[in-house]
Amino acid sequence: MKLSPAQMAWRAAQDITDGAYVNLGIGFPEMVAKFQPPGREAIFHTENGILGFGEAPPAGAEDWDLINAGKKAVTLKPGTAFFHHADSFAMVRGGHLDVAILGAYEVAETGDLANWSTGPKGVPAVGGAMDLVHGARRVAVMTDHVTKDGKPKLLERCTLPLTGVGCVTRVYSSHAVIDIVGGRFVLREKLPSLSHDALQSMTGAVLHLDGPVADLVVPDL
Amino acid sequence: MDKTLPDLATAVAGIRDDMTVMIGGFGGSGAPIELIHALIDRFVATGHPRGLTVVNNNAGNGHVGLAALIEAGMVAKLICSFPRSADPVVFTERYLAGKIELELVPQGTLAERIRAGGAGIPAFYTPTSYGTDLAKGKPVEVFEGRAYVQERWLKADCALIKAHLGDRLGNLTYRMAARNFNPLMCMAAATTIVQVSRIVAPGEIDPEAVITPGIFVQGVVEVPDPAQEEDLNRAGARYPLVAA
Repeated sequence: MKLSPAQMAWRAAQDITDGAYVNLGIGFPEMVAKFQPPGREAIFHTENGILGFGEAPPAGAEDWDLINAGKKAVTLKPGTAFFHHADSFAMVRGGHLDVAILGAYEVAETGDLANWSTGPKGVPAVGGAMDLVHGARRVAVMTDHVTKDGKPKLLERCTLPLTGVGCVTRVYSSHAVIDIVGGRFVLREKLPSLSHDALQSMTGAVLHLDGPVADLVVPDL
Repeated sequence: MDKTLPDLATAVAGIRDDMTVMIGGFGGSGAPIELIHALIDRFVATGHPRGLTVVNNNAGNGHVGLAALIEAGMVAKLICSFPRSADPVVFTERYLAGKIELELVPQGTLAERIRAGGAGIPAFYTPTSYGTDLAKGKPVEVFEGRAYVQERWLKADCALIKAHLGDRLGNLTYRMAARNFNPLMCMAAATTIVQVSRIVAPGEIDPEAVITPGIFVQGVVEVPDPAQEEDLNRAGARYPLVAA
């Protein structure tokens, strides 16, 4: 048993506080916006120059001047603001974002992240990921705990080209919630059906304990 | 003073071989499709310009706009952050065949290098890319205990820009998120050519609403109802429209 991407997104959304400015990476992290707890208002930032945009419009109602960083159509909400790219990345690097939630190929216990290149083959593409990892006050990763062929994605050291050094502070995986503190993975929550040893065997670095480990319980989504 | 231009062909007439050309837009939003296609028309008719270095966030999508410029064989080098798209086949094939050079730049660094180019700042330090392959060979300095990478300004011979309203003085507004890199590129090019959906009389744009002041603009051409890259791609469009 493991969490679906929607369930990982739900769990990540529970940690976003009222009034937070949040950037969600292209792909699965975008789903976090759908699971904001009632009564909390987060403002979403997209690299191409929008703060406070709304959900996707119905098919056929797209305005292609109103898109997010993934080139998907979004909508206006009361209070939306537009700005150019230099201002957008001033928000990022300047430490004005509270949270960025990104995907990952690999995360190291040092907080290093690899999520932009799988090696020298193919066309490299980085987008805004290298900026985001150095800007937001909290950089979290949402990822399957292991690769498609069962290899750990949480490692002592990344093997793929780095996106950033020592930047990740929390991992929402398909099996656990893990903080990165002082160069160590600290287990905070795990699926109740999973033993610590079983989780450790799926993880490429030591999972440390610092207080009780809570059950990772999410709704059916 | 009148910066308005009579037509698209006149607007792109000054772009010569081997120039560096900044092209505004993020994906299709804010992409000056008609100016790009006018440049392709000139290449088809005259064989020039060629050997261009193009600065854009992306590498084109489908077979229109920037992708068509690359497909025509006019681009020697691309400086961008994200050369992938829904249909990146034109760039991907040329890149993997070694027929086009790529300088990959993190998106915020790309924006700031362009801004710096327009603002007269030759270099700056950013935390972005520190410790990664994209920082290799670049000077690093520690400020207040944290390491930063030196990046250099980026300037261009010409910028091709899409805006919403413009006046004969070159003052511009943009439509929603079509702003993106456009105002920065206006500042960083020796010659900035802008296609606008409508040319209005000076004063019709509220001075409070001007996004790009006219000092950064050299030419304005009106293109009512400009094409959107996404719409063209959904319709399977190609440029130029050659018979098979």
